[in-house]
Amino acid sequence: MQKIEAVIQPSKLDAVKDALLEAGIEGMTILEARGHGRQKGHTEFYRGREYTVDLLPKIKIELVVRDEMAEQAIQAIVSSARTGKIGDGKIFVSKVDDAIRIRNDERGPSAL
Amino acid sequence: MPFRRRTRLFLLLPLFGSSAVLAQTTAATPSISAGDNAWMLTSAALVLMMTGPGLALFYGGLVRRKNVLATMMQSFAMMCIITVLWAIVGYSLAFGPGNSFIGDFHYIFLHHVGLTPDPDYAATIPAQTYMIYQLMFAIITPALICGAFAERMKFSAMCLFLTLWAIVVYSPMAHMVWGKGGLLNASLGGKIPCLDFAGGTVVHITSGVSALVCALYLGKRVGYPKEPSPPHSVVLSFIGACLLWVGWFGFNAGSAVAANGLATSAFVNTHFATATAAIGWSLAEWIRNGKPSALGAISGAVAGLVAITPASGFVQPMSALLIGFIAGIFCFFMVTQVKNWFGYDDSLDAFGVHGAGGTIGALLTGFFASSAINPIFGAGKPTGAIDGNWHQVLNQLAGIGIAWGLSLVGTLILLKLVDLIIGLRVTREDEIEGLDVTQHGEEGYDFAS
Repeated sequence: MQKIEAVIQPSKLDAVKDALLEAGIEGMTILEARGHGRQKGHTEFYRGREYTVDLLPKIKIELVVRDEMAEQAIQAIVSSARTGKIGDGKIFVSKVDDAIRIRNDERGPSAL
Repeated sequence: MPFRRRTRLFLLLPLFGSSAVLAQTTAATPSISAGDNAWMLTSAALVLMMTGPGLALFYGGLVRRKNVLATMMQSFAMMCIITVLWAIVGYSLAFGPGNSFIGDFHYIFLHHVGLTPDPDYAATIPAQTYMIYQLMFAIITPALICGAFAERMKFSAMCLFLTLWAIVVYSPMAHMVWGKGGLLNASLGGKIPCLDFAGGTVVHITSGVSALVCALYLGKRVGYPKEPSPPHSVVLSFIGACLLWVGWFGFNAGSAVAANGLATSAFVNTHFATATAAIGWSLAEWIRNGKPSALGAISGAVAGLVAITPASGFVQPMSALLIGFIAGIFCFFMVTQVKNWFGYDDSLDAFGVHGAGGTIGALLTGFFASSAINPIFGAGKPTGAIDGNWHQVLNQLAGIGIAWGLSLVGTLILLKLVDLIIGLRVTREDEIEGLDVTQHGEEGYDFAS
């Protein structure tokens, strides 16, 4: 099982969700986050003082999928979230030790 | 003192200007005007609305989320505490006969303040209407000061300090400008008649200058000025500012103490000056920063409201347009340039808008006051410099100077006193955690629930 964490632009959330559903992935967790990579922030003024806002709003999607589904999921995210500009985001993949269905104690890939 | 009373009423005759009123003033009991009383009660309600929720929202939106309730509580506490103080002794100290500087205890517990008019102050409304109207001014003045020490003052210390301030600074200033025998009272024969229609000196200079003293005495917030603490909700501030604008019609036009042409003049002047002040501030900001902000526009509007306050019942409408525009630009300069030059942490710009706006407004009143609008010194007598009475500008300076002096000295002494008794500032840890939780045990917003 693989954990896929994708940080994307908030405006791309709907497109990414639809693409993942089409790829056959139904379970995901969406978080509102703030951050930046190489994308610069913007300046705001408050009472004559200029300050930089560099923590930009982002959306983070977390999925846990079977190993054979991982590449499909990644492709779905990449193709729907990409604009070609700095600020598109990043995807991180890691191994998951176990998954448990709370309702009936099912364990392993069948719990996904 | 019947002879003295009749003489003073005679001086007021040019304001009323009709022989029907002459018959009224020599009668035993002046009669109540339904229109005047209705307008004054409405005005009192409008002025209270300026504090709650006007100022509460305006200030509340400007602070960080962790301090929003504490900031709003400051205004609300004034609505409650000053009311009790006023009823017991505040009104008497401000509007009781007394001497040139302070009233006496003649009206303590509102003795002699009933439903018959007090002809010296307002011949056509019950004395209690006048009292309750003035109470709303006494409430908002200390509430304005809270802008200077926002986000770092103990609630208990604020309550004690502002209660004492209302007695030591507000009541004497109100007495001098509006009370019987007051030194600066232009309509009741004060020795140095200062034109202050609705409280440019009494409310805005006193609160603004006291705010500056507080900001300097308490010191800067943790992280100021390196870490910017931007408003958590300009939306709330916007709503508050609009409530202030509408409520101010009660503040200024109500100061005519009657539903007459003078109230109309004050209403029109108030509106005109606010509009041009917002434009002035926005233009200055647009030029300086490249974009006109909503916060700047509403701050400009408030600056205009402040500046027109002393002038509202004295100037021509075109003068009001000019006064507003000047105030908008002047206060923008005070808040963005001067504050940064000196580095004081006047958190919500109480001094930059009220102290500075009140000062420039009181000064411009001396220039633009016109007897065509309000012949306060008598029919045919010049009022301001525009009429040829340049001496009035000196009188304005005297009033401004007394307001500054009383505020500086009074505030400093009271801050020191309260600091010694219970301490003024919250601990550094409490300040970082936020006043809502540490002073009031609650949170303003609970997005999770």
